[in-house]
Amino acid sequence: MDAIILQILNGLDKGSAYALIALGLTLIFGTLGVVNFAHGALFMIGAFCAVTLSRILTLSHEVIDETKTDFLGNPLKVDVPYLYDIFGQTTGDAIIDWAVPISILFAIPVMVFIGFAMERGLIKHFYKRPHADQILVTFGLAIVLQEIIKYFYGANPIPTPAPEAFRGSFDFGAAMGFDPNTIIYPYWRLVYFAFSAVIIGAVFAFLQFTTFGMVVRAGMADRETVGLLGINIDKRFTIMFGIAAAVAGLAGVMYAPINSPNYHMGMDFLVLSFVVVVVGGMGSLSGAVLAGFLLGILESFASMAVVLETLPGINQIIIYLVAIIILLTRPRGLMGRKGVMEE
Amino acid sequence: MSNSKLTRRGLIKTGAVAGAAGLTLPTYLRADAHAGYLNAPQGDTVTLGFNVPQSGPYADEGADELRAYELAVEHLNGGGDAGMMNTFSSKALTGNGILGKKVEYVTGDTQTKSDAARASAKSMIEKDGAIMITGGSSSGVAVAVQALCQEAGVIFMAGLTHSNDTTGKDKRANGFRHFFNSYMSGAALAPVLAANYGTDRKAYHLTADYNWGYTTEEAVRSSTEAMGWETVNAVKTPLTQTDFSSYIAPVLQSGADVLVLNHYGGNMVNSLTNAVQFGLRDKLVNNKNFEIIVPLYSRLMAKGAGANVKGIFGSTNWHWSLTDEGSKAFVKSFGTKYGFPPSQAAHTCYVQALLYADACERAGTFNPCGVVEALEGFEFDGMGNGPTLYRAEDHQCFKDVLVVKGKENPTSEFDLLEIVEVTPVAQVTYEPDHPQMAGGSLGTCNPGA
Repeated sequence: MDAIILQILNGLDKGSAYALIALGLTLIFGTLGVVNFAHGALFMIGAFCAVTLSRILTLSHEVIDETKTDFLGNPLKVDVPYLYDIFGQTTGDAIIDWAVPISILFAIPVMVFIGFAMERGLIKHFYKRPHADQILVTFGLAIVLQEIIKYFYGANPIPTPAPEAFRGSFDFGAAMGFDPNTIIYPYWRLVYFAFSAVIIGAVFAFLQFTTFGMVVRAGMADRETVGLLGINIDKRFTIMFGIAAAVAGLAGVMYAPINSPNYHMGMDFLVLSFVVVVVGGMGSLSGAVLAGFLLGILESFASMAVVLETLPGINQIIIYLVAIIILLTRPRGLMGRKGVMEE
Repeated sequence: MSNSKLTRRGLIKTGAVAGAAGLTLPTYLRADAHAGYLNAPQGDTVTLGFNVPQSGPYADEGADELRAYELAVEHLNGGGDAGMMNTFSSKALTGNGILGKKVEYVTGDTQTKSDAARASAKSMIEKDGAIMITGGSSSGVAVAVQALCQEAGVIFMAGLTHSNDTTGKDKRANGFRHFFNSYMSGAALAPVLAANYGTDRKAYHLTADYNWGYTTEEAVRSSTEAMGWETVNAVKTPLTQTDFSSYIAPVLQSGADVLVLNHYGGNMVNSLTNAVQFGLRDKLVNNKNFEIIVPLYSRLMAKGAGANVKGIFGSTNWHWSLTDEGSKAFVKSFGTKYGFPPSQAAHTCYVQALLYADACERAGTFNPCGVVEALEGFEFDGMGNGPTLYRAEDHQCFKDVLVVKGKENPTSEFDLLEIVEVTPVAQVTYEPDHPQMAGGSLGTCNPGA
């Protein structure tokens, strides 16, 4: 029982990342009808927003420490952050420690701007082109973006830790009456799950309860009619692209402490996220979220040693296996609209 | 005035005597210096091929390898401070290139993909006339390129490749490896682990699902089980895995008190980070502190994992903090030129380039068969790992192996690992037919023409 609870927790956590990326993908597909293969790159850029802010906060000047030597035997050059000069070491360290959560404020405008620039600068020219063209151009864009990141940040992963207060893990087992150490879970992953729930809830509320959201939903259902009512639906869709980019970016920011950001992390998530979108149903926001969590949990169970002993290699194929079964039996996906992905 | 009269009988006699003498002389002493082999240098230059990952996940490692090769070329051509040429026990290299020919080089991008690595090596051999290929940062790539070089008839001086198979079942006469291997990691680590963690431990292995992962798991399992450890489980993880939480979360439930991460590169960075996040290092299991082990460390990986490496044991081929004269000379030379200390990948690639050049000088030829003979059984010192033997039977270098530990209080971004033991070469040496190396054949050298 404890093993099952543990893998459900794991699955929810994995599913959080899948769901957030898939949500953004679906927003773009549902509004603009664009299959955005650069969406994983937006997730990656979000993580690098956290890296960038961490670097900004640790901008330093050199102080020579004559008592120590560097690797060549010269007096050691010690980097002292400018924050120490401004706020003192204790406050400076606290600000640096909280770099990742602070990055959320930094990432939102950056990601919205990148989203607008992508949509206005490139993607709008491909609205009326076939999906294959859209996939090619956005995939190309993803490669360009990741090469830019690699050029500036290098190919190695960059550690971006969570605040000290959220390091370590919580013993669920002990709290639930099981043996201690049987169900443990890192605090930051719980934060990530809660954060994704808030973001998902906010996006749904925005679409459901605001006039802007209502117009966008109407536009998703019938773009031409909304346009005939004198509403500039294109402008709203551009804003939705910016919001989708921000969602992917925030998913990346908060993911940075879970696995050190590297330039190809977007590609690592992209294919899985597309599978999630297809399983959930192209264009269905709730389907994307549901499929994200479902596939996350299934993947976690498939990684258990006892399962692998019975079905070797199942961990590598489970998601695709589920996708095949669902698409064979229900081409529109779990919650897809009729007419999308089926005759 | 002499009058020589060449008759048919005389010619046959002379040929017979020369032939008999030839049979008794080492091949390299009778090898023609400039003919009878592929890509024999024609002008006053010789071209080497540096095949390293310039893109993909090991691009930073490849960049460091390339820096080392460029430094080696500079030293071979008489530039700079000559680095380890000053401390190398062989004094055949004099800074006038190789055999009087200036060293030039071409580069290729392996992308850490076997097919891409073979394609770039092929191009360097066929189009650029490279007479030796070296580099790489993956055993899969090394094995593939080594086989290509064997077929083509050029020498392959492997870069970073740690799988047993490179000089085990996939060994080739034209291929040589200075880097250590999985067996050696296991043999070096086991006594240190026993001393620090005891002989009554239960280990859980997570293993990258490809060749290198298998040989490393086998080596560490064999050596730790031989000292009394029990292996409670060994789970293969996909190479493409980025989040290892679902593999790590069940570890505590297994009853294991040690987690061995047979992962490298980004896999290791992520799995170690995840393991630390799950609090494994803070747990008490079987009344013992839970421990994590990383069999193969590199400084670049340790940098990626950040503070998570603190106190974690692993092995490495070489580290810049070694204090022997060779290491100090190399660190000074590399550090002065580039502003940071070299990685173990840079070190092994630099050494391989010098060893190849030295073998050519001692053989008096670039002929691959002459070079093979010069390297087989070659003993040297002054290159950073103490006295070293290039064993003839499998072309594997045997030298001291370092056991390192993540440093608790690093003073800089380079100061991440501390050496806890220099394991003597005798402790990591094995017979050529050891079961972990079984299969395959060295074959015979191929000069390519």
